[in-house]
Amino acid sequence: MGALKTLWHRLGSPRWFFEISGPWAIGALILGLIGIAVGLVWGLAIAPPDYLQGNSFRIMYMHVPAAILSESCYILMGLAGAVLLIWRMKLADMVVAAAAPIGAVFCVIALLTGAIWGRPTWGTWWVWDARTTSVLVLLFLYFGVMALRQAVPREESAGRAAAILAVVGTVDIPIIKYSVDWWLTLHQPSTFKLTAAPSMPPEMYLPLLVSVLGFYAFFFGVLLFAVGNEILVREQRTQWVNDLVRSRLR
Amino acid sequence: MNFANWHDFLYMGGHYLFVWSAYGIGVVGIVITLARPLRARRRFFADQAQRLRRQSLGAERADASRSS
Repeated sequence: MGALKTLWHRLGSPRWFFEISGPWAIGALILGLIGIAVGLVWGLAIAPPDYLQGNSFRIMYMHVPAAILSESCYILMGLAGAVLLIWRMKLADMVVAAAAPIGAVFCVIALLTGAIWGRPTWGTWWVWDARTTSVLVLLFLYFGVMALRQAVPREESAGRAAAILAVVGTVDIPIIKYSVDWWLTLHQPSTFKLTAAPSMPPEMYLPLLVSVLGFYAFFFGVLLFAVGNEILVREQRTQWVNDLVRSRLR
Repeated sequence: MNFANWHDFLYMGGHYLFVWSAYGIGVVGIVITLARPLRARRRFFADQAQRLRRQSLGAERADASRSS
């Protein structure tokens, strides 16, 4: 408990976070890129074709991780927003700012690859059903958080406005998750469940698992790096950042 | 390996347009996600270095005009 309390207080120091997160960011990035590469090549070239969908099912190894990450990223952003609103921690604001564009890209990947997958599988690029529509709403929530940060002139008010939208928007996450169970939809139910074995054979789900874990590591690496950028910009007039700039000049 | 040769791999049982365009979009997205913060970091250090150089140049000039 004491260690947790110390960590909490240290999170109030941007400099401490910048220095501690640097190596973690690089490590997670490298691990993530390797995981993504292995998972995608495995899924593309080695996994057997689906008995019904043939080879188009291989889109899954890109689509599912991107979709999972677009949701996880939003949950993290919502939590950071709550921390900002409750404890006014500056670092939480930076996490919201850094996470939004990353999550938006994952969301775009999920939507576009889903549309491409839908064409040969469902016979249509797009349907306005519960799953696809709720993910489209998620993309607009990301855009909203990004736009609020840009549009509100005072930085502190911008951060609070974006945090409120990030927190309120989390209601979309359970809707996305359970949309395939609550409503009649073309979209198939979840591949991975915590409570049951995957509905696929191992030679199909193992590459997916590797790809998903790779996307997670990649996401945390990019997020830490982007939070580092936020710290540098906000602390640019401080002595330690000036020293850091000088040390890189030599 | 699931495919007998490169042609079969690229052809994807006729679904090549869908599979490869989906992977292309995903890879572009991953590259954008990675490149944006890396470029921002490089630009930040370039801008700050320039600012510090200008400042020290300004200080030198002030010193020179004071001593003359």
